[in-house]
Amino acid sequence: MLSLKEKDRPIVRKLLCAGCCVRCVLRFCCVGTCSAYRRSYELLAFISEESSPQPHDASGEEKTDEPPNKRLRIDEGSTEASVTAAQTDSDICPVCLGVLQDFCDPTFAKQVSDAVKNQQYEFNSLVLTVSLPAQLSVREHSCWLHVKKEIREKSMCLGKEDVIQVKDAFKWAVQGKIGQELGAAVLANVSSSCEVSVGFMHPETEEDCHFLANTCPDCFKPTKNKASIFTRMAVVKALEKISEEKFSRHYPCPPKKTNTRCTALDTTCLHTSVFIAGRYNKFSRELPQTPWVIDGERRMDGSVEELIAAPLLSSFRADGKLCVGRPNQIRIPNCRRCVCYFQMTINQSSDKIRVRDLQIVTREATSRMKEGEEEKTKTYSALIWTQKAIDSTDLEFLANIKDLKIAQKTPLRVLHRRPLAVRPRLIHSMSSIYLDGHHFTLKLCTQAGTYIKEFVHGDFGRTKPNLCDLMKTNADILELDVESVDIDWPPAIPD
Amino acid sequence: MINEIDWFGVNADVDLKGKSCEDHCILQHSNRICVITLAESHPILQNGRKIKNINYQISDGCSRLKNKVSGKSKRGGQFLTEFAPLCRITCTDEQEYTIFSCIRGRLLEVNEDILNKPDLLLEKPSTEGYIAVILPKFEESKSVTEGLLTREQYEEVLTKRNQQEEPC
Repeated sequence: MLSLKEKDRPIVRKLLCAGCCVRCVLRFCCVGTCSAYRRSYELLAFISEESSPQPHDASGEEKTDEPPNKRLRIDEGSTEASVTAAQTDSDICPVCLGVLQDFCDPTFAKQVSDAVKNQQYEFNSLVLTVSLPAQLSVREHSCWLHVKKEIREKSMCLGKEDVIQVKDAFKWAVQGKIGQELGAAVLANVSSSCEVSVGFMHPETEEDCHFLANTCPDCFKPTKNKASIFTRMAVVKALEKISEEKFSRHYPCPPKKTNTRCTALDTTCLHTSVFIAGRYNKFSRELPQTPWVIDGERRMDGSVEELIAAPLLSSFRADGKLCVGRPNQIRIPNCRRCVCYFQMTINQSSDKIRVRDLQIVTREATSRMKEGEEEKTKTYSALIWTQKAIDSTDLEFLANIKDLKIAQKTPLRVLHRRPLAVRPRLIHSMSSIYLDGHHFTLKLCTQAGTYIKEFVHGDFGRTKPNLCDLMKTNADILELDVESVDIDWPPAIPD
Repeated sequence: MINEIDWFGVNADVDLKGKSCEDHCILQHSNRICVITLAESHPILQNGRKIKNINYQISDGCSRLKNKVSGKSKRGGQFLTEFAPLCRITCTDEQEYTIFSCIRGRLLEVNEDILNKPDLLLEKPSTEGYIAVILPKFEESKSVTEGLLTREQYEEVLTKRNQQEEPC
């Protein structure tokens, strides 16, 4: 349990002189104990020892210190020690602009909790996210340089990464009270929980960042919609690049005090999205994957997307968008329920489709599915029509073609919504079943992402080579079935 | 080969710029994309003519070959109006013909294969010998073909011509 030590004294003194609040002092002394931020007594004790310089730890308060614990409980009625330090909390801290002062009080925590309760979310656990104004990074940097100078003179080292971040200090200070108010555990990671977002802004100091646009112009990209170019990321990037000397020339170290503290934005809650994966079979040719609408008019009733999504949406009481990504992937914001029940519901709702292996997956897993589309193979069966009359011997050569390289320009039928490009693809193998003088069944195993119809009819010669070239006749595709999708994800689930 | 279900709207623009029989065919897909081709009655396709040269450089500053589109919204494509020239074709009998856009829209691509193999244009004018692909503005998807002839109207024009025995 790290606490303030003798060696921290000069830093503490310097920070207090600059007008820093108690919690910011703890941060720059790299105090990593969550409990230290809940109450500010430790620092006060340390400071009060200034007058009697006995070299002993400020951790004499050990018995009331609780070990760092994710589920924090605050004793009711503990004395919130009145501040007797050289610095009073009525002055706004120039580094955190008040975020680590009044906003760490139980009153604000209750405000946040009440806002969450009003939004009526169901959850057992939550994660707290904090968004701070970009200029706080500038003030932090300024304070660090100020302190660093002092340290260097005493040949010590203070890495910027060792300093506790404002966000973390804030969370440590308030999460106990918030968790207690909401009767939920406050977790560190984002999966499967409710995300409570607290934000702050400080218009008075927004211009603090502006000098960076002159010193590091390439860090700031022009934005649409007149949004500020001084995003948190851009500012952080610029601070990494700028030299200490240059920074000090443009910005005061330590940062100047302000007259106002930050304003809190409305607290928002969000269930992190749930991703569900599975496999489906479609048993009807008249069912499109997604709703087919032209000019506001529905072209065909129903769609795979709607059949899969409907039972999920209604039962999850999900609001907002439902995205069916590439087949087998649905993203549902704001919900949480049982998945096997859904598999049954979907399968009972229609005989045109069947789903299996329905499971909740992580967001990261969804990128695996996208990779699979590029790398894996698919097998198809197509009914082909030929203009010239054929006999079975005319088809024999198709079985001997292995790994045929083709180049496909973006098919005209999808060109309105895909970029124009040439895609190299492989037809791994083919086989055929002769039907009659102008028809045969063609089975193909191709690289994922191959446009089969265009391979058959040539798409105005924009897919080359194509079946018409190979067979030296005009040809077209009458029916197309997917036989298999050769990807081993999502994992099969026994029925 | 054009799959009938996907393609519809075979339109024609006849006697372009008052030049008799210089007919173009505009194929429009249900997704609004148009393909410009020579109509079967175009002089280039008559009397066994052969092609000497196809030139996509339509002026000092403009070559259709330089057309470059990027992204889903096809930024950068040259915007064409109805009488924007697409290319100039010179036949071996020194007759020169200009092929026009016929519709308003963004040029997506011109057929470069016919530069290497002009016979494609003669043998398969409606498929591999196409001239250009144009994307009309979304708001103009339907209106873009309003001034054009339907297949039936085009056939009527041809019939009338035959009756009058106009040489092409």
